[in-house]
Amino acid sequence: MRGTRYGPGVLTRFANVSDPIPVAGGGLLSRRALLKGAMVMGAGAALPATAANEHLGAAMAWQKTPGRPPTGYGNPSRFESAVTRTTYNRYGAIALGNGGSFTPLERLRGTITPNGLHFERHHQGVPDIDPAKHRLVVHGLVRRPLRFSIDALGRYPMTSTTAFIECAGNSFPNTNDKPPQVTCGEIHGLVSCSEWTGVPLAMLLEEAGVRTDAKWIVAEGADAVSMHRSIPIEKARDDALVALYQNGERLRPEQGYPVRLLLPGWEGNMSVKWLHRLELVTAPVQARDETSHYTDALPDGRALQFTFEMGVKSVITQPSPGWMLQGPGYYDISGLAWSGAGHVARVDVSADGGRTWAQAELLETAQPFAFTRFRLPWRWDGGPVRLMSRAMDEREQIQPTRAEWLQRYGAKQRYHYHAIQTWQVDDMGEVSNAY
Amino acid sequence: MPTERSRIATLAAAVAIALCVANVSAAPDLGEPVSAADLVGLSITIGPDGNGLPPGRGTAIDGVDLYVDRCASCHGVRGQGRTGPALAGGAGTLAGKAPVRTVGSYWPHATTLFDYIRRAMPYDNPMSLTNEQVYQLTAYVLWLNGIVGRDESIDARTLPGVKMPNRAGFVNAWDARDRD
Ligand code: HEC
Repeated sequence: MRGTRYGPGVLTRFANVSDPIPVAGGGLLSRRALLKGAMVMGAGAALPATAANEHLGAAMAWQKTPGRPPTGYGNPSRFESAVTRTTYNRYGAIALGNGGSFTPLERLRGTITPNGLHFERHHQGVPDIDPAKHRLVVHGLVRRPLRFSIDALGRYPMTSTTAFIECAGNSFPNTNDKPPQVTCGEIHGLVSCSEWTGVPLAMLLEEAGVRTDAKWIVAEGADAVSMHRSIPIEKARDDALVALYQNGERLRPEQGYPVRLLLPGWEGNMSVKWLHRLELVTAPVQARDETSHYTDALPDGRALQFTFEMGVKSVITQPSPGWMLQGPGYYDISGLAWSGAGHVARVDVSADGGRTWAQAELLETAQPFAFTRFRLPWRWDGGPVRLMSRAMDEREQIQPTRAEWLQRYGAKQRYHYHAIQTWQVDDMGEVSNAY
Repeated sequence: MPTERSRIATLAAAVAIALCVANVSAAPDLGEPVSAADLVGLSITIGPDGNGLPPGRGTAIDGVDLYVDRCASCHGVRGQGRTGPALAGGAGTLAGKAPVRTVGSYWPHATTLFDYIRRAMPYDNPMSLTNEQVYQLTAYVLWLNGIVGRDESIDARTLPGVKMPNRAGFVNAWDARDRD
């Protein structure tokens, strides 16, 4: 049987506050030191003498008035109203539907993105689809072309998988010549992670009877640009999901209601939202969004096409730009890592601009194709430091530096940016984006 | 250790077995059959070989007025880009510091142009053009880029053969990947 999960000694195990063992430069501490002093410190710090209720006059207003009754659908506390997505738009008033919104990664903890904060990227807005009129058609090189209503899909055996979805263009602000001074989410927040539930695509393909000459599937959405992408049949059979639910509830309209495709680990654009048609074909159809867009410029002027998998990546979410560290002392560095290859194998953190690194702790929630939360205790000495994180995945792929990443590509390459992020902390404690 | 991937594959395999082992009714089989007639107007994807192109034809000359009327406000009369992206220009810029990627300088297949205009343009009123009009506008945008002549007929037979300047400019990374 396992012992208590937290219990006595928890401060020692997690924070290592009393007699820190430095494990790398810049004040990084061991992620699991065993020091007896910590408990004493913990007990002493927990209970300020004045905290006890000496008389009822100390009770808070909300202890003295009845609370509000239950509601049909819950919302966050009004004190959390600042936790919102930042929206952007590509072409202004002529195309309000072409844009997106960034998940405020720096405001969230854990690994699941709340549904109302999942990032958005639309080419022509969010359609208002009546599920009773929506059909998913499977046709092309199949023996039995089929059409599924949403009710019919709802009767299939379903499975759930926790997976991130990352826009191929995520982190594009960091391809600018100068580091943009915006929040972590406004740089890296075109990625979110949810538990998705639905029907394995392989099941529907099996029923339709895929012909042997079918090698690709064209997935098309029912939005106002009928966004479509060609997907290799290997992926469709391996782990593609026809998703109806997101974190337990039906998909949000901006996530593809009533049905979307989910291709774990691959560029978000391919997890086609508002999915209404799957056509089996012999070769990619060279859609606008796999030629004009979502292709990767090489230095010689050519471009890579069909680079589906998202690279191994990590970012420190706390602290990050917008934070002012409140003086020297203890901080818990926390961040997210993910990889289109599957598992995150390890994350290293540096507090001296990459000269020395310490291995971060990966939290127990880690799953393949999902966000992995990492943490490392840190004692800030009050001087300027450069914080970085560097992830490695199950295939031993390591996050590149920004310079290494830039070298692989041609000018104005905006997709698949996954380089190491540097946060500069100045001697006032202000955190900013740095290259 | 079972991965997410193998769990989805296992569930799918279970249904596959149910389908194969004698009793087909054990599978959900809740899709309705679809006929060729059901796919008319729905199956709109055009392949690079021209597969899916409808009857009809058009030339750049035929498309001038329509383009000015329905497209120029966002893309500019010469396709130079206005509030919307440029549709022409950028030849020879791809390997430089300031690449300009347009239909003319970047797109590998002319069929993509027909497909995209038909499904998505004009941006403020998608799917409002006839096939004939889409051929005319396809011809017009290709002509803006100096790829076809102003009187050249663009139709299901000629469009797949139109030589795009950057046809050889793409590397298929999926085919080139290491298969481990
Ligand atoms: C209201 C403004 C507007 C009008 C009118 C309009 N477009 Fe567009 N067009 C856009 C926008 C915005 C995009 C970019 C869409 C995107 O990236 O998702 C675009 C993209 C395109 C593209 C793809 C460009 C590329 O390089 O990927 C083509 C081709 C195109 N339009 C053709 C046309 C044609 C032909 C017409 C006239 C029938 C037209 N457009 C009318 C706004 C407009």
